[in-house]
Amino acid sequence: MIRILRQIFRTGIVTEPLQLVVEEDISTVGTKLEEAIRKRFGRSLTIRQVDAGSCNGCELEIHAMNNPIYNCERFGIHFTASPRFADMLLVTGPVARNMEIALRRTYAATPSPKLVVAVGDCGCNGGIFGKSYASLGGIDAVIPVDVYIPGCPPSPTALLNGILRAIS
Amino acid sequence: MSMLRDAIMQAFGEHVRFDHGLHPSSVATCLVSRDRFGEAAKVMKKAYALLAAEWAADETLLGRGYGVFACYRWGNEYLIVKTEVPSDDAWFPSLSRRFVPAFRFERQIMSLMGITPAGNPDVRPWIKFEDWPEDAWPLRKSFDAAQQMPRVRGEYPWTRAEGEGVYEIPVGPVHAGIIEPGHFRFQAVGEDVINLEERLGYVHKGIEKKFESLAWQDGVKLAGRVSGDTTVAHSIAYCRSLESMTGCPVPQRGHWLRALFLERERIANHLGDIGAICNDAAFAFMLYQLSRLKELLLRTNLRLFGHRFIMDRVIPGGVAVDIDPAGKREIFAEMELLHKEFERLVLIYDENPSLEDRVRDTGILKPAAARELCVVGVVARASGLNLDCRIFHPFPPYDRHDWMQLDVPVLISGDVHARAWVRIQEVRESFRIIRKILEDMPDGDISVPCAQPPADTTGFSAVEGWRGEIIYWLQSGPSGEVNRCMVRDPSGVNWLGLELAVLGNIVPDFPLCNKSFNQSYSGHDL
Repeated sequence: MIRILRQIFRTGIVTEPLQLVVEEDISTVGTKLEEAIRKRFGRSLTIRQVDAGSCNGCELEIHAMNNPIYNCERFGIHFTASPRFADMLLVTGPVARNMEIALRRTYAATPSPKLVVAVGDCGCNGGIFGKSYASLGGIDAVIPVDVYIPGCPPSPTALLNGILRAIS
Repeated sequence: MSMLRDAIMQAFGEHVRFDHGLHPSSVATCLVSRDRFGEAAKVMKKAYALLAAEWAADETLLGRGYGVFACYRWGNEYLIVKTEVPSDDAWFPSLSRRFVPAFRFERQIMSLMGITPAGNPDVRPWIKFEDWPEDAWPLRKSFDAAQQMPRVRGEYPWTRAEGEGVYEIPVGPVHAGIIEPGHFRFQAVGEDVINLEERLGYVHKGIEKKFESLAWQDGVKLAGRVSGDTTVAHSIAYCRSLESMTGCPVPQRGHWLRALFLERERIANHLGDIGAICNDAAFAFMLYQLSRLKELLLRTNLRLFGHRFIMDRVIPGGVAVDIDPAGKREIFAEMELLHKEFERLVLIYDENPSLEDRVRDTGILKPAAARELCVVGVVARASGLNLDCRIFHPFPPYDRHDWMQLDVPVLISGDVHARAWVRIQEVRESFRIIRKILEDMPDGDISVPCAQPPADTTGFSAVEGWRGEIIYWLQSGPSGEVNRCMVRDPSGVNWLGLELAVLGNIVPDFPLCNKSFNQSYSGHDL
């Protein structure tokens, strides 16, 4: 136990202020995101992540948003296990034909008003997989999308910025 | 050594023909008649071989029918046994009696290529869902990849269990966490799992078919996106297969940089996995500590190589990015910091009794079962199988065994702890290898232009990614274009191991077992 405590104290708080992708003051962005979440979502934004066919690269970066350096929970962002509690769907793509029905059902199960954020080049337009017998292309080919976050994969900072864009 | 080659020559005599169109020449392809394809498997089984992959290729453009291939491995030898199947009589004898994983490879061959494996007890479609038209066989040359397939009515026959107190838990495809989609169906009595059936294919994006429409040079981008977490290893495997076909002389420095990227990818993913295993045993402390270390590594990648996962930095003929002395110093300093922090955390892992209680004796895959299932990589090494392409099928600098002295951890308990501990040992080993590579890296070019392969040749490569052995098999068509690209991610066989390991465990331990395997859905579904 003492080792655990020592390691915790030695590590300290490693969380960094969020950097804005577009030129703006670094410190304002984090507060901006937090303010927007406070105002519109009663202090918490609940996200349901859906992999509609990605190569799992985007999932790695979404995971990284939860690490202590990006620490998205400080802004009140939580990932939920059920779409029924979600304010936002964070969808990676392309939409595989075999996932189309599951994606539609997840969308239908999310209460309105809901936001949909398409993540990654493949989520935006199908990326390298494009349209084929097995891939339907970008997320907006199946459900309406509010914000697009391009990148292969987008960095955790780009993801947080994209989420900010979606709620402001 | 040529144990397998000798065994098949002895058993078949003049009835086996060696095909010299495969590269590298250290891997042989031999042709047997269709009715003796199963017999060849029997000979291989007797020679202690493991089945590495089984696949089919449509060779109608080359003036033949279909080719069905089985790739066997024993020690450092790979042998591919091929049989030819006429287009109008598309069947081949199933190998599932001799090699368990064949049943799933063959379901895939049947679903995507439309060749019937005669004698396979399980002919339900795999990856092809029940709502696909029955005659849609995407890997056939006659199939139009751009078409939108209509949805038809159909039903997937699940394995059922009946009896007093038996109940069923369907999970997925959309899971509770931030993970890829797949469907699991448990039959349980009380808390004990009596059967687990996986159903994958949700993220099938038609990757193998897509390769056929790309130029050789562009294929590497797609290979880097077969499974995003293994982008380096997949790119290397694709490039090595292509380079073997063209005889491309990759410069030494290019090889060494590939090895550097490969080991960095291994460390990053293992750090994430060890943390995630602990987190699923409700020890979140480790997840956050290790994900912090992982983040440091990824940021160094971004600074030095221009991408957090080093995606698209391996190209046919070498690599696209070099390292300078300042970069080397940065990695040395980083390795030192990471190693020190990592050892502190390993001590905490090792001394924590509540964690030990969860990870020991959970999700056991016994060595005998691991051998039957022909699993690879971390899963195999945690269950007593000494397999590692870095030893048995190396590229430079791994081929300098005396210099590298690679220590491959092999444990025999086959439980969650063994899989975590193999990862821990491999991280330590990768720290050491990276230092060695940086110290002795030769000077020179980092890449050379890679030529186009000639018509009707095949290339093979096996590369040890962080999950395990990745196999690429490429075939060129009549005008030198891509005719077929077969991808065998470790997940292609290791998912079977999970089905077996979870039996007899309690339902709440499933996430822990699953995390200790951590197989790729995308790499499996393709």
